[in-house]
Amino acid sequence: METVLSVRNLKKSFGSLEVLRDISFDLGRGEVISVLGPSGGGKSTLLRCLTQLETIDDGVVTLDGDVLFKDGRYASKADLSRITLKIGLVFQNFNLFPHLSVIENLTVAPMKVKKTPKAEAQERARALLDRVGLAEKADCYPYQLSGGQQQRVAIARALALDPEVLFFDEPTSALDPELTGEVLRVIRSLADRRMTMIIVTHEMGFARSVSDRVIFMENGVIVETSAPEEMFTNPKNPRTRDFIMNAMEK
Amino acid sequence: MNADVFKLLLDGTVITLRMFATTIIFSIPLGLLVAVLRMSRIWIFSLPARLYILILRGTPLMLQIMFLFYGPALIENFGFSWNGNRMLAANVALILNYAAYFAEIFRGGIEGIPMGQREAGKVLGLSRTQTFFIVVLPQVVKRVIPPMGNEIINLVKDTSLIQVLGIFELMNTARVQASAKVSVLPYLVAGGIYLAINAVLTFVLSITEKKLDYYR
Repeated sequence: METVLSVRNLKKSFGSLEVLRDISFDLGRGEVISVLGPSGGGKSTLLRCLTQLETIDDGVVTLDGDVLFKDGRYASKADLSRITLKIGLVFQNFNLFPHLSVIENLTVAPMKVKKTPKAEAQERARALLDRVGLAEKADCYPYQLSGGQQQRVAIARALALDPEVLFFDEPTSALDPELTGEVLRVIRSLADRRMTMIIVTHEMGFARSVSDRVIFMENGVIVETSAPEEMFTNPKNPRTRDFIMNAMEK
Repeated sequence: MNADVFKLLLDGTVITLRMFATTIIFSIPLGLLVAVLRMSRIWIFSLPARLYILILRGTPLMLQIMFLFYGPALIENFGFSWNGNRMLAANVALILNYAAYFAEIFRGGIEGIPMGQREAGKVLGLSRTQTFFIVVLPQVVKRVIPPMGNEIINLVKDTSLIQVLGIFELMNTARVQASAKVSVLPYLVAGGIYLAINAVLTFVLSITEKKLDYYR
């Protein structure tokens, strides 16, 4: 499998707190990796470092042949903005733009960043809204939608830039339990289309069924990486076993 | 009250309105600039902005008007003079003063926008400037309308302070006419005009608020 994202010895500290100690992994094209682990283990920080919302301290990050970070330095500004567009991020609390309609939320970045003509951007936006089952909500404002619908719009917004990889930072954690299903279904449909994804989640059943590989992270290190069946039925590391057992009981 | 007094009060009203309008037009962008500088993490930008706000809010507006107009003439070899242009000096003083108040209102509005909005802009590839003007600023507008309304109405009344430079705006005209004609009417008429201006502004502000009700 062709490697799209390669992370080597990634390190990140907040002051004296080491949040990411030495993270290395590869993400293949079309692969879906779920990241599990206790809160504060560095899962979100990992995604935030890879999307440049946090600065990386050390390590090497390569995306689709472009070096994002190496030898303590980021790529040039021009390269960075090009690389940024290859990575989409779906936030835990959606972060839709409340003053823009649903379709404007989807078209603003393609129009302003990629200079896509308005008609073309709107056509694509409508197709994406249709794909997440919200075609009829194009002219609504975010506050008129349920949390689940807002998160599906946020996924469509990330897809509007046609990213190579899509990250999900606990996409259902801010949702009422009865609304998680609709969001998970959309993510699963992306997996079926071989979208390359990293999903940080607490939804064990979902991680097990949707992923190609599962990473267990704790205290800023990757404790274990396994195929989902292996991870959920026969975890090698005792810490992983404890966490999985605990989570399954809930 | 005879027609010529009324005419003089109207002339004063025109000056008051002109002073008000020009101050609004120039102090809002200046206030935005000061707010952005004030929020800068680089101290050579933020410190002067802090001082600016402290001084302009911390001293009487009347003193600022007088200092600005008379100051240059009182300092030897200062090399600048208003050439007797009292209106311009008064106008600049009002603009500088109101920009300081607006700056703090804008800062509150900008800082009140959740961090996630800016992060979403960044992840979508928008530049910092694009994120500010497309994502942040429109949301700030909605938040600052109520506090801005207070200041805008205050400004209408604060224009009366420029009379210390001998400018015959509405208030000064009313004062002189009331004593010349030994009549309370000029005061009442002037009060009515201020009230009418602010009633209109209140109406415009509430319409603006309603227009921005399309999102939450």
